[in-house]
Amino acid sequence: MPMHTPVQYMQSITTRYLRLGYTPYRWFAADTPPPWQPLTQRLSEVRLGLISTAGAYVLGQRAYHYRDDASIRAIDSDTPAENLRFSHITENYLVAARQDPACLLPLSGLRTLVRRGVLGALSKKVFSCMGGIYSQRRVQTETAPALLAALRAEAVDVALLVAM
Amino acid sequence: MSLIARHLEAAGISTLCIGSARDILAAGQPPRAVFVDYPLGHTVGKPFDATDQGNILEGALSQLTTMTVPGTLVSLPNSWGSEMWREEASTSDGGDTRQARDSSPQFQYPADRLAARRTGALGANE
Repeated sequence: MPMHTPVQYMQSITTRYLRLGYTPYRWFAADTPPPWQPLTQRLSEVRLGLISTAGAYVLGQRAYHYRDDASIRAIDSDTPAENLRFSHITENYLVAARQDPACLLPLSGLRTLVRRGVLGALSKKVFSCMGGIYSQRRVQTETAPALLAALRAEAVDVALLVAM
Repeated sequence: MSLIARHLEAAGISTLCIGSARDILAAGQPPRAVFVDYPLGHTVGKPFDATDQGNILEGALSQLTTMTVPGTLVSLPNSWGSEMWREEASTSDGGDTRQARDSSPQFQYPADRLAARRTGALGANE
């Protein structure tokens, strides 16, 4: 069990930006219970899709911009680590992933689990978005539907979402 | 992330979220969530530590088949080791750590811009 109280990011960031005179960032706060799609397969039978919200892109693709970029990128799951890049409005949290992309986009780790038979399969394409979008409406009407269509095209059973 | 997970789940795709900000995960109430108590930016483990990364991935995915209650949030037992990072992560002092909200693509390396021009992902005049 963790020995420490988890960091209170919402409180400390809100206090910081109020002190600096900025409008506080509004994180999504659910006011309804989450939906539920039961998982019937075993993990060894699951075809997994992956979504990174850290603004991952591949060399040759368009990087994300930082003003509510609601777009997504499709990334081949066998992309070599040296061709993976990240653009996210809080670049200060990308230091590790820009050296080892697996910190935020675990392609090699998931491939290993497939090889070991722990996980059924990893989809041919995985996906990313830039999680620092200030408009929840745009996430709901643009980003989320685009990711849903992309995952359906990959016929995944489960989506693993990795936050930055 | 929670908004997206809820959207996917409502449309019939099971989801598992993994994150390192427990309060943000808890507020968003995604269907299934795993908390990794590491500094932000290391959600799937320490850099160049395949053992740590594999352990977190397998620990997270193993939760998929055991979670039965919508909104479950499980903490993984993995420890960063040193606890020095918590003070900096918790502080409200200092300036704005975000980049400017610029609407032009923010490439990691200057060479990425040229590569994107070559593929046509970036226009010649951008």
